[in-house]
Amino acid sequence: MSWTDILSALVSGFTSLTWQSAFLILLGCALLYLAIAKGFEPLLLIPIGFGVILGNLPLAGLAASDEGGVLNIIYNAGILTEIFPCLIFVGLGAMIDFGPLLANPSVLIFGAAGQFGIFLTLLLALALGFGRQEAVSIAIIGACDGPTAIYVATKYAPHLLPAVSIAAYSYMSLVPIIQPPIMRLLTTKTERSIVMAYGEKKVSKRVKVLFPIVAGLITMLIAPMGAPLMGMLMLGNLLKESGVVGRLADVSTGALVNAVTLLLGLCIGCSMLAGNFLQWQTILVFILGLVAISLDTVTGVLLGKLMRVLTKGKINPLIGAAGTSAFPMSSRVVQKEGQKANPRSFLLWHAVGANTGGQIGSVMAASVMLAILAGMGIAPV
Amino acid sequence: MKDWAFGLTMTIAGMGVTFLTLYILTLVIRLMDRLFPYKEEKKEEGK
Repeated sequence: MSWTDILSALVSGFTSLTWQSAFLILLGCALLYLAIAKGFEPLLLIPIGFGVILGNLPLAGLAASDEGGVLNIIYNAGILTEIFPCLIFVGLGAMIDFGPLLANPSVLIFGAAGQFGIFLTLLLALALGFGRQEAVSIAIIGACDGPTAIYVATKYAPHLLPAVSIAAYSYMSLVPIIQPPIMRLLTTKTERSIVMAYGEKKVSKRVKVLFPIVAGLITMLIAPMGAPLMGMLMLGNLLKESGVVGRLADVSTGALVNAVTLLLGLCIGCSMLAGNFLQWQTILVFILGLVAISLDTVTGVLLGKLMRVLTKGKINPLIGAAGTSAFPMSSRVVQKEGQKANPRSFLLWHAVGANTGGQIGSVMAASVMLAILAGMGIAPV
Repeated sequence: MKDWAFGLTMTIAGMGVTFLTLYILTLVIRLMDRLFPYKEEKKEEGK
């Protein structure tokens, strides 16, 4: 072996670097900047951003597709098996308080309306030439729920997984920017100023314990394809509400969700490779994802306006915007916009109810889509 | 099935089932609240 060979081996990392990989490494750095300096979803964007850097390093064997590499092993074990989204849902369920929803179950309707954007975007994606499986995987960004988007995209369009997951998580963190202009455009100040009666209705502990069991059974029997997600969500909530397994609830909201979030982010990042990400359709995915979430807000607020008319002014239309699954960002946005219009307005209680309803609604919407695809004989990839 | 028919089917079935399911849940929650109201729980705690 000559000195030339040794030198070549030492600089092979630099000589193997393509402009596409360099661009993605810079993109990874940009995600880190957004996470650290701007505070955009740091729990996810730091692992994702660093995963992008690791996955695009030449000859390192750290891409999700590099057989036998450490991140490939984790990717195969957690993403391709869909275990990671399910485990995150255990933690999410343990964090959610369905109390406001149980005190005022009528707000569940907003949780349904908040999913309309998914289906409208599906129609748009099909019109733009995406295949059915791709269109479904893109439209599910409108669920405003990262694990659900990952769950569906992994099944039907794994090559779009990096774009879909980054769009889903990024737009979730951008909800405070995306929703308010739409809310103001569709409502008058008078409507935004409506004061809703503060929910003082209390719910018995028995109902809080029974809800995850009963609601889980009903939804999983209606749409069994979504049972892995819905089941884990309700399991997590039961751990919290039962009050007898504090250790399990603690680990669900702590160590479990944190560990899985870290690994999930890394896997998403390291799957974002030049070959599958630097394409025109990635830009379309991001645009359609934004459209989906915007349409969710539009349909939710429009339903809110209808409910205001039907209830003779008792419902503030703003709470319709909380029917998405972006919990708890959407409910905080509604509270803030309501107070801007009328400082005496306190919408958070109602908005949280709609928001948690949106969580259930988004999983139902995804479950139904999966069921219809299966019924049509369109198998997962 | 053509793509537009597929999309419409998804939309109608998807939104329909989602709305129906959440409506059913609304009824179930109201039923549970009637069966196990908060007031009764207070009385049991007082015993």
